[in-house]
Amino acid sequence: MSKTNYVSTTNACKLCTPLGASLAFRGVEKSVPFLHGSQGCATYMRRYIISHFREPMDIASSALGEKHAVYGGGPNLKKGLLNVMKKYSPRVVGVATTCLTETIGDHVSGILHEFKEEFGDLDLPELVHVSTPSYNGTHMDGWTGAVQAMADQLVFEKTETTESVNLFPGMVSPGDVRNLKDIFEHFGLDVTVLPDISETLDGPALLDYEPIPSGGTPVERIQAMSNAACSIEFGRCLPGSTAGITLENKYGVPCHGLGMPVGIRETDRFMDVLAKTSGRSVPRRYLMDRGRLVDALVDGHKYISGKRAVIYGEEDLVVGLVAFMSEIGVQPILVATGSKTGKLAGAIAKVGSDLRQQPLIREGVDFHDIAEQADELAPDLVIGHSKGYRYCRDWGVPLVRVGFPIHDRFGGQRLRILGYGGAQKLYDRIVNAVLEKKQADSHIGYGYL
Amino acid sequence: MKCETAAVLEERKGQVHRTGQGPIEMACNRDSLAGAVSQRACVFCGSRVVLYPIADALHLVHGPIGCAVYTWDIRGSLSSGPELHRLSFSTDLQEKDVIFGGEKKLEAALDELIDRHDPKAVFVYSTCIVGIIGDDLEAVCRTMSEKKGIPVLPVQSEGFKGSKREGYNAACKAMFRLVGTGDTSDISPVSVNILGDFNLAGEIWIIREYLERMGVEVVANISGDGRVADVRRCHGAALNVVQCSGATLDLAKMMEEKYGVPYIRVSYLGIEDMADSLYYIADHFKDIDPEITTKTSNLVRDELEVLMPELARFRKDLEGKKVAIYVGGAFKAFSLIKAFRHLGMQVVMVGSQTGTEEDYRELEEITDPGTIIVDDSNPLELSAFIKEKDVDVFVGGVKERPIAFKMGVGFCDHNHERKEALEGFVGMFNFAREIHTSAISPVWKFVPRREQKEAEHE
Ligand code: SF4
Ligand code: SF4
Repeated sequence: MSKTNYVSTTNACKLCTPLGASLAFRGVEKSVPFLHGSQGCATYMRRYIISHFREPMDIASSALGEKHAVYGGGPNLKKGLLNVMKKYSPRVVGVATTCLTETIGDHVSGILHEFKEEFGDLDLPELVHVSTPSYNGTHMDGWTGAVQAMADQLVFEKTETTESVNLFPGMVSPGDVRNLKDIFEHFGLDVTVLPDISETLDGPALLDYEPIPSGGTPVERIQAMSNAACSIEFGRCLPGSTAGITLENKYGVPCHGLGMPVGIRETDRFMDVLAKTSGRSVPRRYLMDRGRLVDALVDGHKYISGKRAVIYGEEDLVVGLVAFMSEIGVQPILVATGSKTGKLAGAIAKVGSDLRQQPLIREGVDFHDIAEQADELAPDLVIGHSKGYRYCRDWGVPLVRVGFPIHDRFGGQRLRILGYGGAQKLYDRIVNAVLEKKQADSHIGYGYL
Repeated sequence: MKCETAAVLEERKGQVHRTGQGPIEMACNRDSLAGAVSQRACVFCGSRVVLYPIADALHLVHGPIGCAVYTWDIRGSLSSGPELHRLSFSTDLQEKDVIFGGEKKLEAALDELIDRHDPKAVFVYSTCIVGIIGDDLEAVCRTMSEKKGIPVLPVQSEGFKGSKREGYNAACKAMFRLVGTGDTSDISPVSVNILGDFNLAGEIWIIREYLERMGVEVVANISGDGRVADVRRCHGAALNVVQCSGATLDLAKMMEEKYGVPYIRVSYLGIEDMADSLYYIADHFKDIDPEITTKTSNLVRDELEVLMPELARFRKDLEGKKVAIYVGGAFKAFSLIKAFRHLGMQVVMVGSQTGTEEDYRELEEITDPGTIIVDDSNPLELSAFIKEKDVDVFVGGVKERPIAFKMGVGFCDHNHERKEALEGFVGMFNFAREIHTSAISPVWKFVPRREQKEAEHE
């Protein structure tokens, strides 16, 4: 039953580290994600990402072959960078390692240093590197690591203090990033979102193919993050060193660590910080959104009250989801994640105080584990990404799709769950999933529910 | 050789050619170029593609998690029975395994998984990192095979040791260890193995039905809807029928050498190739079964009677539209080119990930002057070609789809992730319908490229 005598992984509930880093690097203006390793990893990750976002996603690779694996990948990394420069003219190249190059022990920062010396006469892009062995961590570590690396390696000095705010939203959808930017605008706040995938991974139809999609956080804005009035960083399960903490330590930019604003209270906390920072009260439109949300919760509460839910995905996402479930009367019975930070239970204790019963909390699990437990727990509802679909099908329960990847539905890149507005959309979907099942299972075929 | 598109990197020029412009000399089959965004996959990917559809085997990926996760149930290789292949098993190597070696963990994983799933055989795939830490897969597999009493077969598919093609070879070698271990006594003299079909969207069932109508027994599907027991006795078949450019050709060659089973190469895509394939098979057996030729021509006639009027309907809308093709193997490209002729469409670009020099020479022969021929391309190049040639429909894999769609070009998924059956005569119908659905959609009127044209005309 428990993982102790269980050594292999069946149907993993996590992705590999460089995938997260590649996604984060995609959210910087004119940047190219670059994997130092063999070709296969980059190709696989591209395919995986493309199937979710339905957008082009180039990931360059140093395409190491057998001899490089033996003699070191440095020369190929350099050659690869030159080719990327020739072809893309990037402002930034984000280099992430893979299992292969970590194992052969390539010293990437040293190689990049050499590269800068050797080709100092050229117009070089900014080079950021992050160490992302997959045998140690998950895609979330890759994401957080890449964002931290950018805050660390692209920011050099503090020149003044501005009113601007840095936002590190974590791995949220392009739709939610747009949503967050709107919120800042309505508070009259100037914001630097890092990374900003709102356009790079959800862009318009084009006349000319763009080698690097438009949008993303401009390098100048990243460099000026040291001047910001404060940073806001979402995530209750983050590692000790994050972008927000780095800027706080190096440049004294205070960092507000908040949970992902999913549901009422986590969004209230976020609104509080924005109100204090801007010196304005919460704009009427959000008070109205909140009011409508509460009204909707009342209207719908009987449909979902007491429903038993299995929730899985990235830790901070599931923490946010549990927070919201505890507000709407859905009982999470199993909360699971593929990563192992040891922080999940503590975070859930903080946000789930309204729960009538504490859920089973499992870190480092795969779908085999989830299924084994869920079979006994008899859920009514599952909330998570696409990869749990076949299990839900076996159990005959609806899957409310949230997070990444969404490979079996349309519009994953536009799904919104953050803020009062996002919570409203998520709530509608949850209620409708329950209603749909009820309607489908009924012999009568009610037209009123 | 001249290259007009600026998007082609200097070093890649040897891998792009235009039909009619000088002799073709493709520098294909070289390693992917560092820093170019290649669509190419790794050795492991090649092996996984070939072996994956064997549905009652357990497929364990020995490596860190990614390699297994990205290949979990990604292909529509259907099974009529067991579905063990649709689960993703990994040893999920952690840092300490990388330092101290992963053999222990592999052994424990095999122990656990074999007990849990009771498979007919196990394929253990080696990944890049295993190649570096030097685990002795062979030895672990041998031990476990003895312990569990089922074949446990190592697949030497370290990702960096070449491209997909080497992966095909590794897969064939692994399967070849199974061949010759089963009973062949009740196999008909009019019998074949179907090689190189992965039963995407149930395609192999279409082909099997044709063969049944011709009175040909199918011994083993290799590997679509595949079974370990069938592979074990497939050396008893009279003929190997091999589809696709390279995936299982090595196995056919090994079987010819060791068991004297001859092979023929076929394609089930498009009308001529499908019919020819059936005729080749009939031809092979006509001395044993004199009726087979008549049965086959009746089959082809019946099928075409249904198909041709349908195609004519599609053709009305599709005549003159321009197509770009970018597929995994060049063999498929040949069939597609012919298929588009039936629809009156013009192929303006054709490329593949793994074609050989010979393939490209043949492509040049059957394409119109000016057609772009490209080996191991990348998004920038492909998009440049689309624009230059004002393509209407792009045929490719899931990785090309966003490029096509960004540029506002119709698209047909013709790769391993496809969910429509495209083989056989009915497949030709499905294919034409899919192309038609995409090409006649009104949405193209709104994409910037066409809106601009409209504006110019006003
Ligand atoms: S080798 Fe590592 S980085 Fe590459 S796909 Fe596998 S897990 Fe991911
Ligand atoms: S690690 Fe190697 S085997 Fe695995 S996906 Fe990457 S290139 Fe392929």
